[in-house]
Amino acid sequence: MDFDRINEKLSILADAAKYDVSCSSSGSKRQNKNKGLGDSSGMGICHSYTEDGRCVSLLKILLTNHCIFDCAYCVTRKSNDIKRAAFKVQEVVDLTINFYRRNYIEGLFLSSGIFKNADYTMERLIAVAKKLREEENFNGYIHLKSIPGASDELMREAGLYADRLSVNIEIPTEKGLKLLAPEKDRKDFIKPMQMVKNEIIQYKNEKKLLKKVPIYAPAGQSTQMIVGAGGESDAEIMYTSAYFYKSFNLKRVYYSGYVPISYDTRLPSIGSAVPILRENRLYQTDWLLRFYGFDVRELLNNDFPNLESDIDPKLSWALRNLDQFPIDINKADQRMLLRVPGLGLKSVNKIIQARRYRKLNWDNLKAIGAAVNRAKYFITCDSRLFESKDRTAAQVKGLILGTATSKFKKDLSTQLNLFDAPNILSA
Amino acid sequence: MKSILVYDGSFDGLLSAIFYVYEYKLTEVSISKREHTVESFFDQEIEIFTDEEKAKRVWNGLSKKISASGKKKLYKAFLSELPSIEDTILYYIRKALASKVNIEKDFTDPNILKIAQVVKKIDREKHRMDAFVRFRLTEDGIYFATIEPDFNVLPLNAPHFKKRYADQKWLIFDLKRSYGIYYDLEQVQTVSLELPADINSKTKASAYFTSEEMQFQNLWGNYFKNSNIVSRKNSKLHIKHIPKRYWKYLPEKNF
Repeated sequence: MDFDRINEKLSILADAAKYDVSCSSSGSKRQNKNKGLGDSSGMGICHSYTEDGRCVSLLKILLTNHCIFDCAYCVTRKSNDIKRAAFKVQEVVDLTINFYRRNYIEGLFLSSGIFKNADYTMERLIAVAKKLREEENFNGYIHLKSIPGASDELMREAGLYADRLSVNIEIPTEKGLKLLAPEKDRKDFIKPMQMVKNEIIQYKNEKKLLKKVPIYAPAGQSTQMIVGAGGESDAEIMYTSAYFYKSFNLKRVYYSGYVPISYDTRLPSIGSAVPILRENRLYQTDWLLRFYGFDVRELLNNDFPNLESDIDPKLSWALRNLDQFPIDINKADQRMLLRVPGLGLKSVNKIIQARRYRKLNWDNLKAIGAAVNRAKYFITCDSRLFESKDRTAAQVKGLILGTATSKFKKDLSTQLNLFDAPNILSA
Repeated sequence: MKSILVYDGSFDGLLSAIFYVYEYKLTEVSISKREHTVESFFDQEIEIFTDEEKAKRVWNGLSKKISASGKKKLYKAFLSELPSIEDTILYYIRKALASKVNIEKDFTDPNILKIAQVVKKIDREKHRMDAFVRFRLTEDGIYFATIEPDFNVLPLNAPHFKKRYADQKWLIFDLKRSYGIYYDLEQVQTVSLELPADINSKTKASAYFTSEEMQFQNLWGNYFKNSNIVSRKNSKLHIKHIPKRYWKYLPEKNF
């Protein structure tokens, strides 16, 4: 192994792959077989965290950053003047195995720039996965990119070796896609996704009838959208997201705050801040949709096209619907408990279990781990003390914000900064 | 007068002590490890002899009152080695055996909540060890790692590593508690051994590890550096996920 050469390639191709957010290694059912290497039947593991606080669970690299496309938002675009490199199939296999054996990673996340055409690229990705599974008896996690426009036959094969497949739609709206990636067509993204969805359903049905059916993409599909590149509203992003969850049974949609990498005037300029707070609010909304039983129309609609930045979407919803509160913590059903600001999935479970023994009071709620200083405006419990004053939404919001500290405080402050002043004057 | 039951620190020892509590119908009682016991004029110290049979009777008897996962929780709480966790476990078992209904989920009882919270800590630490163990390949073909976990979680990690690295020999050594687990391609055993003092010294690495070992650590460190997005730097979050006390044995943090 030529370590210096590999090291150089690794620098280039890891750097180019880092804008893909997905690093999940959970949800697969692949067990160690025949005393081979690896197992991905358990929960996902983050083996390390980069200095930006993101999980490192997979060896996330591009096979190559040569690309025939010129998408404005992408660092690997054809017109960008950067170093290019390409791994050989065997090199990726060796890296994966050696990293895995040292417990650095859970598996491989392999993406690629598109060279020649979609099928040619997809074939290479599959070749890596196949070699790992068949020659190395590797049972770790493999996440492959579905290359937009790849043929049905290749997608069918990819799912036999990969645990997860994903296509990044990147731009949430068609008009944004036309503006930033005119060579690409939304249909090309959807085609492989549709194919994989149908295959997963088919394999599941066969499994019910036959004993020996190979597992097909056991960890499902995911996608990613860039936030803050094409000028979409939060509602547009989340409606697209809800549509993909529903139509393609996606496991996850990831939101990636746009990191400026280009002087292209269609995009935020280099040096402008990554919209991390907005990204955070979108993830919160995503969680409310998937785990808290909210419908996207309750959170975002024509009257509220964008999420509030100073409070989270659940609190925001509760303040708009004060007529549904307060609820009695000892009687309310799970659906309503989950809608109380300050109660999460875990506290709701604990509440439901603990209230079988006795009625809960404020001290019990605090001990269980509920954020009582936030929840107290929306609940009553086994105590005569409760917030009986009829307050307006603005008053409740003021009281909650007054006692809360936000890690985004500096982004939220409306006070002018002395050093920002020149910009304001020139604008 | 309060009785202090002093046991040898093993789980069977703790269960034998609990057997003793029932055998002599003690009410004012506390259980503690030999090294944690301080002599007191007012208390009566009783030495407990570990008895597997008695331990088994307590352990099996519990099955009538709590679930298998509830029992596992007690074992995990024991592994925390926290001061006076024995008394919390004793309280839990007494309450479970005396109650007509299952008490595992009664989180309004501070001691039961305490067990749940300690178990959460143990699970987190166990998971961290699944993540932060870094093997180095030794000259004689064993993947070797050293760790210093906050709690004694190594027994919980064994099944995970056995399943995952079924085709390689490995040894994980807890430097804090001076014992390790070793997998010889067949089974996992607990081992105690004298490690050379310079086993973790970077300059002496070539004496113990293969020549390629440092190269792979370099590749990994380089990969780690290049997958960071500088404009999203968030040191607080970084340290929250990997507290500094774990950095010592992570090659990517010593690159």
